[in-house]
Amino acid sequence: MTIERKSVRAVLKHVALICAAAIMLYPLLWMAASSLRPDALIFRAPGLWLTAVDTSNFTTGWTSLGSPFSVYLLNSAIVVLGSIVGNLVSCSMAAYAFARLRFQGKRVLFGTMLVTIMLPFHVVVVPQYIVFSQIGWVNTFWPLIVPKLLATDAFFVFLMVQFIRTIPRELDEAARIDGAGHPRIYLQIILPMMVPALAATAIFTFIWTWNDFFSQMIYLTKPQLFTVPVALSSFMDSTSSSSWGAMFAMSIVSLIPVVIAFLVGQRFLLKGVAMSARR
Amino acid sequence: MGLLVITVGPMVASLWLSFTDYDLIQAPTFIGFGNFVRMFQDARLLNSLGVTFVYLIVAVPLQLAIALLVAMLLNRGTRALPFYRAVFYLPSLLGGSVAVAILWRQIFGTTGLVDAVLSLVGIRGPGWVSDPSTALGTIILLHLWTFGGPMVIFLAGLRQIPGEYHEAAQLDGAGPVSRFFRVTFPLLSPIVFFNVVLQVVGAFQAFTPAFVVSGGTGGPSDSTMFFTLYLYQKGFGQFDMGYASAMAWVLLVIIAAFTAINFYASRFWVFYDD
Repeated sequence: MTIERKSVRAVLKHVALICAAAIMLYPLLWMAASSLRPDALIFRAPGLWLTAVDTSNFTTGWTSLGSPFSVYLLNSAIVVLGSIVGNLVSCSMAAYAFARLRFQGKRVLFGTMLVTIMLPFHVVVVPQYIVFSQIGWVNTFWPLIVPKLLATDAFFVFLMVQFIRTIPRELDEAARIDGAGHPRIYLQIILPMMVPALAATAIFTFIWTWNDFFSQMIYLTKPQLFTVPVALSSFMDSTSSSSWGAMFAMSIVSLIPVVIAFLVGQRFLLKGVAMSARR
Repeated sequence: MGLLVITVGPMVASLWLSFTDYDLIQAPTFIGFGNFVRMFQDARLLNSLGVTFVYLIVAVPLQLAIALLVAMLLNRGTRALPFYRAVFYLPSLLGGSVAVAILWRQIFGTTGLVDAVLSLVGIRGPGWVSDPSTALGTIILLHLWTFGGPMVIFLAGLRQIPGEYHEAAQLDGAGPVSRFFRVTFPLLSPIVFFNVVLQVVGAFQAFTPAFVVSGGTGGPSDSTMFFTLYLYQKGFGQFDMGYASAMAWVLLVIIAAFTAINFYASRFWVFYDD
């Protein structure tokens, strides 16, 4: 192959990649642009160019549901924070046990846990719902947070086990000789070393919980308890399709935290992904 | 362990409930295989299985093919790799959100972006989401838009393939196509398998896009009625908990069967070099 043909191919490849990137981003950019346009213009303007910036969509969108949109943002923040703390604490403890302790039935338990990664959420949601509704937790945030405190997100336990296995056991043994028990080894040796895995867990939990719709919709039915996805969905139902602008504006507001989390934590996410794919 | 309390316990409970008639108010009454018999006669349920299968069979292979293709393009030493990777990965993190589903409903709606663009060149598009023959297609497109998830997994796998293998194959006169089938694909096959299993399981559970795009109805004329959406309507719309539990177990069995087939088939095409 001549050098000329090689460079032609390289140019073609880059043109293809740039086109693909443009197509991928266009819907998002167009939504952002449209959120700054008056409603009447949205249908007639497939481009990104703004002739005038109109922020009224944001002000009307913010107040057009029962509560101001800040209430929904706050509710989502509570659920997300609770989930992150729950996952970090419980999954890291479970992972430590799987990676470092010897106990009966460990292999079976670990296998069971791996299988639950593939388990459809819908199989457990009906009885979970029944239990939570009988103890009066429907329309509270507890059903969304408590399961996380019990290390039910097996994917993260698996991720952390993979990570702990890369930490040399000699460190544990040195600490044991110095008289440290399991709680101290876990807290003072393992936890500080697995910060990248914890970061990946925190960011994935943030994004997935922020976007989660199904469980938040079934457990939260009082409008003042709505989280962002539930609020957006009810927005969709309650308004005629003529108010796309306001809906777009609030959708953009709801996507911004995820984009920020992605930009800040991309490094850890990619590391976590690479680790989970290594078997 | 929480696993037992929150996952295994409810599973057993749901298995029991699937043999009962339960509306959350009156105590469950045992009806044997009643729910399962009802399912076979429920045309909407059978249709929802069909919709889910079409989605699975079209969306999963296409999305993985795109993901692998782009990953291979990016892997051949592009200095802009971090930029492209970020651009392609981001949509996969946003794709499950209600906000993006709302956007999709507008883009493919009767007065949406796609029709606006088409009208510029004089074509009158159908209302994609309100036409039963295209509505499911828009949801499949949304799934394709999120190819970045499997793509970053492919990229991680491609990076572990030593460059010398390709050089050696090239010296032996192997062209790009045979290098792909004889070097890249076999070495990458465990990662491909991992992605296939994850995506199949995920496809069975897709919910949010169908819910939002169809306004929770699964319409038009049940063309976007995914199995999970029907389960939601039965369980949490009509509080027919026994029936919903039975549906959940059918879903579990189907997923388990597909995963088992996947694992069995993997013997013939997945290579582990250790």
